[in-house]
Amino acid sequence: MYDLGYSRPASIAEALELLQQDDMAQLISGGQTLMPVLRARLAAPSQLVDIARLDDLRQIRLIDLGIEIGAGMTHAEVAASPIVRAKVPALAALAGGIGDAQIRHRGTIGGSIANNDPAACYPSAVIALGARVKTNLRMLDAEAFFAGMFTTALEPGEIVTAVQFPACVEACYLKFRNPASRFALVGVFAARLGSEHRIAIIGGGNGVFRWHEAEQHLDRGADIDGLDAVPLDLSNFTGDIHGSAEYRRHIATVITRRALATLS
Amino acid sequence: MGMSRIELRVNGRDVEVEADGRTLLTHALRDHLRLTGTHIGCDTSQCGACTVHVDGKAVKSCTMLAVQAAGCDILTIEGLASGRELHPMQAAFNDFHGLQCGFCTPGMIMMAVDIVNRHGRPDEATVRAELEGNLCRCTGYHNIIKAVCAGAERMGEMA
Repeated sequence: MYDLGYSRPASIAEALELLQQDDMAQLISGGQTLMPVLRARLAAPSQLVDIARLDDLRQIRLIDLGIEIGAGMTHAEVAASPIVRAKVPALAALAGGIGDAQIRHRGTIGGSIANNDPAACYPSAVIALGARVKTNLRMLDAEAFFAGMFTTALEPGEIVTAVQFPACVEACYLKFRNPASRFALVGVFAARLGSEHRIAIIGGGNGVFRWHEAEQHLDRGADIDGLDAVPLDLSNFTGDIHGSAEYRRHIATVITRRALATLS
Repeated sequence: MGMSRIELRVNGRDVEVEADGRTLLTHALRDHLRLTGTHIGCDTSQCGACTVHVDGKAVKSCTMLAVQAAGCDILTIEGLASGRELHPMQAAFNDFHGLQCGFCTPGMIMMAVDIVNRHGRPDEATVRAELEGNLCRCTGYHNIIKAVCAGAERMGEMA
Protein backbone atom coordinates (compact mmCIF):
# COMPACT_ATOMS: atom_id res chain seq x y z
CA MET A 1 0.00 0.00 0.00
CA TYR A 2 1.26 3.50 -0.87
CA ASP A 3 1.68 5.87 2.02
CA LEU A 4 -0.99 8.47 2.52
CA GLY A 5 -2.18 11.16 4.88
CA TYR A 6 -5.21 10.90 7.09
CA SER A 7 -7.59 13.35 8.64
CA ARG A 8 -10.73 13.01 10.68
CA PRO A 9 -12.73 16.21 10.22
CA ALA A 10 -15.23 17.20 12.91
CA SER A 11 -17.95 18.28 10.47
CA ILE A 12 -19.11 17.90 6.88
CA ALA A 13 -18.05 21.49 6.23
CA GLU A 14 -14.54 20.69 7.41
CA ALA A 15 -14.46 17.54 5.25
CA LEU A 16 -15.47 19.59 2.20
CA GLU A 17 -12.72 22.08 2.93
CA LEU A 18 -10.15 19.31 3.03
CA LEU A 19 -11.41 17.91 -0.28
CA GLN A 20 -11.33 21.37 -1.84
CA GLN A 21 -7.72 21.94 -0.81
CA ASP A 22 -6.50 18.65 -2.23
CA ASP A 23 -7.66 17.15 -5.55
CA MET A 24 -6.10 13.81 -4.67
CA ALA A 25 -7.85 13.43 -1.31
CA GLN A 26 -10.36 10.61 -0.98
CA LEU A 27 -13.30 10.20 1.38
CA ILE A 28 -13.36 7.06 3.50
CA SER A 29 -16.30 5.78 5.49
CA GLY A 30 -16.25 2.14 6.60
CA GLY A 31 -13.48 1.41 4.11
CA GLN A 32 -14.52 -2.19 3.51
CA THR A 33 -14.16 -1.70 -0.24
CA LEU A 34 -11.58 1.08 -0.24
CA MET A 35 -9.08 -0.62 2.08
CA PRO A 36 -8.68 -3.73 -0.13
CA VAL A 37 -8.37 -1.42 -3.15
CA LEU A 38 -5.62 0.60 -1.43
CA ARG A 39 -3.82 -2.51 -0.22
CA ALA A 40 -3.75 -3.84 -3.79
CA ARG A 41 -2.30 -0.48 -4.91
CA LEU A 42 -5.20 0.06 -7.27
CA ALA A 43 -5.59 3.61 -6.00
CA ALA A 44 -3.17 6.16 -4.61
CA PRO A 45 -5.00 9.02 -2.90
CA SER A 46 -2.81 11.64 -1.22
CA GLN A 47 -4.93 11.46 1.93
CA LEU A 48 -8.02 9.88 3.37
CA VAL A 49 -10.73 12.10 4.82
CA ASP A 50 -12.51 9.93 7.36
CA ILE A 51 -16.20 10.78 7.71
CA ALA A 52 -17.26 7.52 9.37
CA ARG A 53 -17.88 9.02 12.80
CA LEU A 54 -19.59 12.30 11.90
CA ASP A 55 -22.71 12.61 14.06
CA ASP A 56 -24.64 14.23 11.20
CA LEU A 57 -24.35 10.98 9.21
CA ARG A 58 -25.10 8.66 12.09
CA GLN A 59 -28.84 8.46 12.60
CA ILE A 60 -31.91 6.60 11.42
CA ARG A 61 -35.20 8.46 11.72
CA LEU A 62 -38.82 8.45 10.62
CA ILE A 63 -39.79 10.99 7.96
CA ASP A 64 -43.08 11.64 6.10
CA LEU A 65 -41.99 9.46 3.18
CA GLY A 66 -40.86 6.59 5.41
CA ILE A 67 -37.34 6.42 6.83
CA GLU A 68 -34.09 8.32 6.48
CA ILE A 69 -30.84 6.46 7.04
CA GLY A 70 -27.69 8.48 7.65
CA ALA A 71 -24.88 7.69 5.21
CA GLY A 72 -22.55 6.63 8.02
CA MET A 73 -24.83 3.90 9.40
CA THR A 74 -23.20 0.50 9.18
CA HIS A 75 -24.86 -2.52 7.59
CA ALA A 76 -25.10 -4.12 11.05
CA GLU A 77 -26.84 -1.02 12.45
CA VAL A 78 -29.32 -0.89 9.56
CA ALA A 79 -30.02 -4.62 9.91
CA ALA A 80 -30.69 -4.29 13.65
CA SER A 81 -32.64 -1.00 13.55
CA PRO A 82 -36.20 -1.41 14.89
CA ILE A 83 -37.30 1.47 12.63
CA VAL A 84 -35.93 -0.14 9.47
CA ARG A 85 -37.24 -3.57 10.45
CA ALA A 86 -40.73 -2.15 10.97
CA LYS A 87 -40.93 0.14 7.96
CA VAL A 88 -38.84 -1.61 5.29
CA PRO A 89 -38.08 -5.11 6.60
CA ALA A 90 -36.61 -6.27 3.29
CA LEU A 91 -34.00 -3.51 3.55
CA ALA A 92 -32.99 -4.64 7.03
CA ALA A 93 -32.68 -8.20 5.72
CA LEU A 94 -30.58 -7.01 2.77
CA ALA A 95 -28.21 -5.13 5.08
CA GLY A 96 -27.91 -8.20 7.33
CA GLY A 97 -26.74 -10.29 4.38
CA ILE A 98 -23.99 -8.03 3.03
CA GLY A 99 -20.48 -9.48 3.18
CA ASP A 100 -19.90 -11.07 6.57
CA ALA A 101 -20.41 -10.01 10.18
CA GLN A 102 -17.05 -8.24 10.48
CA ILE A 103 -17.63 -6.29 7.27
CA ARG A 104 -21.16 -5.37 8.37
CA HIS A 105 -19.67 -3.83 11.51
CA ARG A 106 -17.67 -1.33 9.44
CA GLY A 107 -19.20 -0.93 5.97
CA THR A 108 -21.78 1.85 5.53
CA ILE A 109 -24.78 2.50 3.30
CA GLY A 110 -23.33 5.80 2.08
CA GLY A 111 -20.06 4.18 1.13
CA SER A 112 -21.80 1.35 -0.66
CA ILE A 113 -23.99 3.49 -2.87
CA ALA A 114 -21.29 6.10 -3.55
CA ASN A 115 -18.99 3.30 -4.73
CA ASN A 116 -21.77 1.70 -6.83
CA ASP A 117 -20.11 -1.67 -7.31
CA PRO A 118 -22.21 -3.52 -9.91
CA ALA A 119 -22.47 -6.48 -7.49
CA ALA A 120 -23.26 -4.41 -4.37
CA CYS A 121 -26.63 -5.18 -2.74
CA TYR A 122 -27.84 -1.73 -1.62
CA PRO A 123 -28.30 -0.11 -5.06
CA SER A 124 -31.04 -2.66 -5.87
CA ALA A 125 -33.14 -1.47 -2.91
CA VAL A 126 -32.46 2.19 -3.67
CA ILE A 127 -33.65 1.76 -7.26
CA ALA A 128 -36.54 -0.64 -6.62
CA LEU A 129 -38.05 1.46 -3.84
CA GLY A 130 -37.49 4.75 -5.64
CA ALA A 131 -35.40 6.03 -2.75
CA ARG A 132 -33.90 9.50 -2.67
CA VAL A 133 -30.23 10.17 -2.12
CA LYS A 134 -29.49 13.24 -0.02
CA THR A 135 -26.15 14.99 -0.42
CA ASN A 136 -24.69 18.15 1.07
CA LEU A 137 -25.84 19.93 -2.11
CA ARG A 138 -29.13 18.41 -3.26
CA MET A 139 -31.66 15.60 -3.27
CA LEU A 140 -31.31 13.06 -6.09
CA ASP A 141 -33.83 10.52 -7.30
CA ALA A 142 -32.44 6.99 -7.30
CA GLU A 143 -32.58 6.71 -11.08
CA ALA A 144 -30.60 9.94 -11.44
CA PHE A 145 -27.99 8.89 -8.88
CA PHE A 146 -26.59 5.67 -10.34
CA ALA A 147 -24.78 6.10 -13.64
CA GLY A 148 -23.33 2.71 -14.58
CA MET A 149 -20.73 0.60 -12.83
CA PHE A 150 -18.65 2.40 -10.19
CA THR A 151 -20.16 5.68 -11.42
CA THR A 152 -22.68 8.03 -9.83
CA ALA A 153 -23.99 11.54 -10.35
CA LEU A 154 -21.86 12.77 -7.43
CA GLU A 155 -19.78 15.82 -8.32
CA PRO A 156 -16.37 16.56 -6.84
CA GLY A 157 -16.94 18.01 -3.38
CA GLU A 158 -20.31 16.31 -3.00
CA ILE A 159 -20.95 13.91 -0.11
CA VAL A 160 -23.85 11.51 0.34
CA THR A 161 -25.37 12.38 3.70
CA ALA A 162 -28.46 10.14 3.86
CA VAL A 163 -30.79 7.90 1.90
CA GLN A 164 -34.57 8.23 2.18
CA PHE A 165 -36.73 5.18 1.59
CA PRO A 166 -40.52 4.98 1.39
CA ALA A 167 -42.10 2.61 3.87
CA CYS A 168 -42.72 -0.72 2.15
CA VAL A 169 -43.47 -4.03 3.80
CA GLU A 170 -44.17 -5.88 0.55
CA ALA A 171 -40.64 -6.35 -0.66
CA CYS A 172 -37.99 -9.03 -0.79
CA TYR A 173 -34.29 -9.06 -1.62
CA LEU A 174 -32.72 -12.32 -2.69
CA LYS A 175 -29.25 -12.99 -4.03
CA PHE A 176 -27.65 -15.92 -5.72
CA ARG A 177 -24.25 -16.19 -4.11
CA ASN A 178 -21.10 -17.35 -5.78
CA PRO A 179 -20.59 -20.60 -3.86
CA ALA A 180 -16.92 -19.84 -3.11
CA SER A 181 -16.67 -16.10 -2.53
CA ARG A 182 -20.31 -15.68 -1.36
CA PHE A 183 -20.49 -12.45 -3.34
CA ALA A 184 -23.78 -11.91 -5.17
CA LEU A 185 -23.60 -13.34 -8.67
CA VAL A 186 -27.04 -11.85 -9.16
CA GLY A 187 -29.32 -10.09 -6.68
CA VAL A 188 -32.95 -9.06 -7.11
CA PHE A 189 -34.96 -6.58 -5.07
CA ALA A 190 -38.67 -7.08 -5.78
CA ALA A 191 -41.22 -4.73 -4.28
CA ARG A 192 -44.87 -3.83 -4.52
CA LEU A 193 -45.49 -0.12 -3.97
CA GLY A 194 -49.25 0.33 -3.94
CA SER A 195 -50.41 -1.45 -7.08
CA GLU A 196 -47.07 -1.02 -8.82
CA HIS A 197 -44.39 -3.72 -9.02
CA ARG A 198 -40.73 -2.80 -9.00
CA ILE A 199 -37.88 -5.14 -9.81
CA ALA A 200 -34.23 -4.06 -9.62
CA ILE A 201 -31.36 -6.36 -10.49
CA ILE A 202 -27.69 -6.19 -9.48
CA GLY A 203 -24.75 -8.39 -10.44
CA GLY A 204 -25.36 -8.13 -14.19
CA GLY A 205 -21.99 -6.44 -14.55
CA ASN A 206 -23.03 -3.04 -15.92
CA GLY A 207 -24.63 -1.70 -12.77
CA VAL A 208 -28.08 -1.86 -11.21
CA PHE A 209 -31.09 -1.74 -13.56
CA ARG A 210 -34.86 -2.22 -13.48
CA TRP A 211 -36.57 -5.03 -15.34
CA HIS A 212 -39.36 -2.87 -16.73
CA GLU A 213 -40.91 -5.60 -18.90
CA ALA A 214 -41.41 -7.83 -15.87
CA GLU A 215 -42.87 -4.97 -13.83
CA GLN A 216 -45.42 -4.27 -16.59
CA HIS A 217 -46.18 -7.98 -16.87
CA LEU A 218 -46.98 -8.15 -13.16
CA ASP A 219 -48.85 -4.82 -13.10
CA ARG A 220 -51.20 -6.29 -15.72
CA GLY A 221 -52.02 -9.02 -13.22
CA ALA A 222 -50.12 -11.75 -15.06
CA ASP A 223 -48.63 -14.51 -12.94
CA ILE A 224 -45.08 -15.15 -11.75
CA ASP A 225 -44.59 -18.32 -13.79
CA GLY A 226 -45.22 -16.35 -16.96
CA LEU A 227 -42.02 -14.36 -16.29
CA ASP A 228 -39.98 -16.93 -18.21
CA ALA A 229 -41.47 -15.59 -21.44
CA VAL A 230 -40.92 -11.91 -20.54
CA PRO A 231 -37.96 -10.37 -22.37
CA LEU A 232 -34.89 -9.47 -20.31
CA ASP A 233 -32.31 -7.61 -22.38
CA LEU A 234 -29.04 -9.57 -22.55
CA SER A 235 -27.07 -6.32 -22.90
CA ASN A 236 -27.67 -5.74 -19.16
CA PHE A 237 -25.38 -8.68 -18.44
CA THR A 238 -21.70 -9.39 -19.00
CA GLY A 239 -19.83 -12.65 -18.59
CA ASP A 240 -16.72 -13.42 -16.54
CA ILE A 241 -15.02 -16.48 -15.07
CA HIS A 242 -17.91 -16.89 -12.63
CA GLY A 243 -20.64 -17.09 -15.24
CA SER A 244 -21.60 -16.11 -18.79
CA ALA A 245 -24.02 -13.29 -19.56
CA GLU A 246 -26.65 -15.87 -20.57
CA TYR A 247 -26.19 -17.72 -17.26
CA ARG A 248 -26.55 -14.53 -15.25
CA ARG A 249 -29.69 -13.60 -17.16
CA HIS A 250 -31.16 -17.02 -16.47
CA ILE A 251 -30.33 -16.78 -12.75
CA ALA A 252 -31.90 -13.29 -12.67
CA THR A 253 -35.25 -14.67 -13.87
CA VAL A 254 -35.12 -17.56 -11.39
CA ILE A 255 -34.25 -15.28 -8.44
CA THR A 256 -36.91 -12.76 -9.48
CA ARG A 257 -39.57 -15.50 -9.43
CA ARG A 258 -38.40 -16.67 -5.99
CA ALA A 259 -38.38 -13.13 -4.58
CA LEU A 260 -41.87 -12.41 -5.94
CA ALA A 261 -43.20 -15.68 -4.54
CA THR A 262 -42.47 -14.42 -1.02
CA LEU A 263 -44.71 -11.35 -1.49
CA SER A 264 -48.27 -11.85 -0.31
CA MET B 1 2.17 11.62 5.24
CA GLY B 2 5.02 10.68 7.49
CA MET B 3 4.93 9.25 10.95
CA SER B 4 2.32 10.09 13.50
CA ARG B 5 1.64 9.06 17.06
CA ILE B 6 -1.51 7.02 17.43
CA GLU B 7 -3.12 6.54 20.82
CA LEU B 8 -4.96 3.28 21.31
CA ARG B 9 -6.36 1.36 24.22
CA VAL B 10 -5.39 -2.27 23.74
CA ASN B 11 -6.54 -5.02 26.11
CA GLY B 12 -7.24 -2.46 28.80
CA ARG B 13 -3.92 -0.61 28.54
CA ASP B 14 -3.32 2.80 27.00
CA VAL B 15 -0.58 2.52 24.40
CA GLU B 16 1.01 4.74 21.78
CA VAL B 17 2.17 3.61 18.39
CA GLU B 18 4.36 5.63 16.07
CA ALA B 19 3.41 4.64 12.55
CA ASP B 20 2.88 6.05 9.07
CA GLY B 21 -0.57 6.68 7.64
CA ARG B 22 -0.79 3.44 5.70
CA THR B 23 -0.05 1.20 8.70
CA LEU B 24 -2.86 -1.30 9.08
CA LEU B 25 -4.30 -1.94 12.52
CA THR B 26 -3.13 -5.55 12.25
CA HIS B 27 0.47 -4.42 11.63
CA ALA B 28 0.32 -1.95 14.50
CA LEU B 29 -0.76 -4.77 16.80
CA ARG B 30 1.70 -7.35 15.51
CA ASP B 31 4.80 -5.37 14.58
CA HIS B 32 4.61 -2.35 16.86
CA LEU B 33 3.00 -3.86 19.96
CA ARG B 34 4.29 -7.42 19.39
CA LEU B 35 0.81 -8.84 19.92
CA THR B 36 1.33 -11.59 17.37
CA GLY B 37 -1.72 -13.61 18.38
CA THR B 38 -3.67 -11.67 15.77
CA HIS B 39 -2.85 -13.50 12.54
CA ILE B 40 -2.70 -12.37 8.92
CA GLY B 41 -4.04 -15.14 6.73
CA CYS B 42 -5.08 -13.73 3.39
CA ASP B 43 -4.36 -9.99 3.34
CA THR B 44 -7.45 -9.63 1.12
CA SER B 45 -10.17 -9.15 3.76
CA GLN B 46 -11.57 -12.63 3.34
CA CYS B 47 -10.21 -15.07 5.93
CA GLY B 48 -10.95 -13.40 9.28
CA ALA B 49 -7.76 -14.65 10.99
CA CYS B 50 -7.02 -11.02 11.92
CA THR B 51 -10.37 -10.46 13.67
CA VAL B 52 -10.17 -8.22 16.76
CA HIS B 53 -12.79 -6.20 18.61
CA VAL B 54 -12.83 -2.45 18.07
CA ASP B 55 -15.13 -0.68 20.53
CA GLY B 56 -16.78 -4.00 21.25
CA LYS B 57 -17.36 -5.12 17.67
CA ALA B 58 -15.52 -7.78 15.68
CA VAL B 59 -13.71 -6.31 12.68
CA LYS B 60 -10.96 -7.43 10.33
CA SER B 61 -7.86 -5.61 11.52
CA CYS B 62 -6.30 -5.94 8.05
CA THR B 63 -9.12 -3.82 6.65
CA MET B 64 -8.70 -0.86 8.95
CA LEU B 65 -5.88 1.63 9.32
CA ALA B 66 -4.26 2.03 12.70
CA VAL B 67 -5.09 5.77 12.57
CA GLN B 68 -8.76 4.93 12.04
CA ALA B 69 -8.64 3.10 15.36
CA ALA B 70 -7.12 6.07 17.21
CA GLY B 71 -9.01 6.61 20.45
CA CYS B 72 -10.71 3.21 20.18
CA ASP B 73 -10.83 0.39 22.68
CA ILE B 74 -9.28 -2.71 21.12
CA LEU B 75 -9.48 -6.28 22.36
CA THR B 76 -7.18 -8.93 20.89
CA ILE B 77 -6.87 -12.64 21.59
CA GLU B 78 -4.16 -11.83 24.18
CA GLY B 79 -6.73 -9.86 26.18
CA LEU B 80 -9.22 -12.69 26.67
CA ALA B 81 -7.64 -14.90 29.33
CA SER B 82 -7.34 -13.78 32.95
CA GLY B 83 -3.79 -14.65 33.87
CA ARG B 84 -3.35 -18.38 33.36
CA GLU B 85 -7.08 -19.01 33.31
CA LEU B 86 -8.44 -19.35 29.78
CA HIS B 87 -11.54 -17.45 28.70
CA PRO B 88 -14.48 -19.90 28.53
CA MET B 89 -14.49 -19.67 24.73
CA GLN B 90 -10.77 -20.51 24.58
CA ALA B 91 -11.36 -23.43 26.95
CA ALA B 92 -14.25 -24.67 24.77
CA PHE B 93 -12.05 -24.62 21.64
CA ASN B 94 -9.54 -26.70 23.61
CA ASP B 95 -12.09 -29.14 24.99
CA PHE B 96 -13.96 -29.68 21.71
CA HIS B 97 -10.82 -29.73 19.58
CA GLY B 98 -12.06 -26.76 17.57
CA LEU B 99 -8.76 -26.48 15.72
CA GLN B 100 -6.09 -28.41 13.90
CA CYS B 101 -3.22 -26.23 12.71
CA GLY B 102 -4.48 -23.35 14.85
CA PHE B 103 -3.77 -20.55 12.41
CA CYS B 104 -7.38 -19.38 12.10
CA THR B 105 -8.11 -19.94 15.80
CA PRO B 106 -7.48 -16.44 17.22
CA GLY B 107 -9.85 -14.96 14.65
CA MET B 108 -12.38 -17.73 15.21
CA ILE B 109 -12.38 -17.18 18.96
CA MET B 110 -12.63 -13.39 18.71
CA MET B 111 -15.54 -13.81 16.31
CA ALA B 112 -17.14 -16.44 18.54
CA VAL B 113 -17.07 -14.06 21.51
CA ASP B 114 -18.64 -11.35 19.34
CA ILE B 115 -21.38 -13.79 18.25
CA VAL B 116 -22.17 -14.59 21.89
CA ASN B 117 -22.16 -10.88 22.77
CA ARG B 118 -24.86 -10.31 20.16
CA HIS B 119 -26.83 -13.55 20.19
CA GLY B 120 -26.45 -14.96 23.70
CA ARG B 121 -26.76 -18.70 23.13
CA PRO B 122 -26.98 -19.01 19.35
CA ASP B 123 -28.17 -22.19 17.61
CA GLU B 124 -25.94 -24.06 15.21
CA ALA B 125 -27.41 -22.40 12.09
CA THR B 126 -26.76 -18.95 13.54
CA VAL B 127 -23.16 -19.83 14.39
CA ARG B 128 -22.54 -21.17 10.89
CA ALA B 129 -24.00 -18.05 9.29
CA GLU B 130 -22.14 -15.69 11.62
CA LEU B 131 -18.81 -17.41 10.97
CA GLU B 132 -19.08 -16.74 7.25
CA GLY B 133 -16.18 -14.29 7.46
CA ASN B 134 -13.80 -16.77 9.10
CA LEU B 135 -12.13 -19.42 6.98
CA CYS B 136 -10.60 -22.64 8.27
CA ARG B 137 -8.84 -24.93 5.83
CA CYS B 138 -8.29 -27.84 8.27
CA THR B 139 -11.23 -28.74 10.44
CA GLY B 140 -14.24 -28.78 8.18
CA TYR B 141 -15.84 -26.51 10.80
CA HIS B 142 -17.86 -29.13 12.72
CA ASN B 143 -15.78 -29.00 15.89
CA ILE B 144 -15.50 -25.22 15.65
CA ILE B 145 -19.29 -24.97 15.65
CA LYS B 146 -19.50 -27.34 18.64
CA ALA B 147 -16.89 -25.29 20.48
CA VAL B 148 -18.69 -22.01 19.84
CA CYS B 149 -22.01 -23.42 21.06
CA ALA B 150 -20.36 -24.88 24.19
CA GLY B 151 -18.39 -21.68 24.78
CA ALA B 152 -21.62 -19.66 24.52
CA GLU B 153 -23.21 -21.86 27.17
CA ARG B 154 -20.23 -21.46 29.52
CA MET B 155 -20.15 -17.69 28.99
CA GLY B 156 -23.86 -17.63 29.84
CA GLU B 157 -23.25 -19.54 33.06
CA MET B 158 -20.54 -17.11 34.11
CA ALA B 159 -22.61 -14.00 33.35
